[in-house]
Order: sequence, then structure tokens, then C-alpha cells
Amino acid sequence: MNLSCKEATRLLSRREDQRLSLAERAALRVHLAICRGCRALSEQIPFLRRALSRYFES
Amino acid sequence: MGFREDLEALRPYLLRYASLQLRNRDAAEDAVQETLLAALAAEAGFAGRSNLRTWATGILKHKIVDAIRRAGRERPLEGEDTSDDFDALFDERGHWHEHPEPWADPDGALQQKEFLAALERCLEALPPRTARAFLLREHMGLETDEICKALGVTSTHCWVLLYRARMALRACLEKSWFGK
Repeated sequence: MNLSCKEATRLLSRREDQRLSLAERAALRVHLAICRGCRALSEQIPFLRRALSRYFES
Repeated sequence: MGFREDLEALRPYLLRYASLQLRNRDAAEDAVQETLLAALAAEAGFAGRSNLRTWATGILKHKIVDAIRRAGRERPLEGEDTSDDFDALFDERGHWHEHPEPWADPDGALQQKEFLAALERCLEALPPRTARAFLLREHMGLETDEICKALGVTSTHCWVLLYRARMALRACLEKSWFGK
């Protein structure tokens, strides 16, 4: 499975909510290895949760 | 101060908290009022354990979820379109037009008041239903099927709302904070 960036961004969001299938995880791993933009996004999406919990405890 | 006064002093905080999630002043005031009444009735249950604000916020969270469930039942088809605004970020082959860059020191930002204020503005800028879905998931910790039920939307729409919230928030933070 060859992912486009658009598909990869959807998986990066969905994996915060649901366990991805083996094939999805493998495809995402391959995509992230070659795509700098999606790699940056893969750090930023989980950061939103940390930011939100910091916001609500302040 | 007595228990009642301590609780009353929390009202502005609770109201801000409820408003962010309910986006409706009356609904937020109702939820806070119910919370304060429930808290007063449960004074014995509090008995100095934990922090009063944390405890009252815990009660308020339940009231907010209840209010969202009621609203979802009353107007399940409230119009907020399901189309995908983020298509514009990608070309016809699904590649980024302009790909995200890594952020400098995001964990350092969490220590700054100004960053949290920027985050608040970004949250307020989300469409109401998108914001609700996101906060139910990220803050209240609901599972997506519960969120769909609470909001009265299909599960596909739920995924779209969460995706949209995350993409919009990251774009907003990049513009207002990390891009500087």
C-alpha cells in the first residue's frame, strides 16, 4: 500500500483514536520514513493533546 | 471562607470552561449552575480530598457531556458541512502543496502563558461542532462511537470532525505561534 500525504495525514489523526490495522501501520511507517512534512505532522498531532491538557490544568 | 463561597469563587473559571465547549452562553450558565448545586449537595463527598477546582471541574465535565447529548438529540442535523476543507492543502496526487515544518521547542511553549492564550484563540476559532468533537475526545476522553452518539452524527462524520479539528489547530498554532 503506497500512501499519499493526504492519506497519511488521515491515518495520523485516526491513530490517536483507534488502533490502526497492521497494513495501515506498515504503510504509515514507510511513508514517514520518506516524507519530511508528514513526519513533522506526526509530532504535531500528539502534541495537541499535551497542549490541551496543559491548557485545562492552568 | 465557607464551602459555598469557595465554590462561588470558582464560577468565572467554570463558566469559561463550559463556554469553550458548549459555545452557548445560556447552556454554559445552566451547566455551571447545575454543577454548583450538585457540588453543594455533595459537600460531604468532597471533604477536603483533592483540590476543590479539580473536583468541581470533574462534576462540570459530566454536565457538559449531558448538555451535548441533549443538544445532539434535539437537533441531530444541524448544518455544518461534511465536505473536506483540507483538500486544498494537497495537490491532485495527494501531495502537500506546502508541507509542514518541524516546530521549534513545542514543549517549551507549553510553559508559556502567551502560548496557552494563543491555543485558546485557536480553539475558539474552530466551528462549534468540530470543537465539541475534539474536546469530547481529547479532553473528556470519550471514545469516538460515544462522540458520534453524543453529537448525533454518523461515524464517518466523526472521523472527519476530529481530523478537521487537528489539522485546523495545527495550522492555527503554526500561524500564530510557531511560524514566528
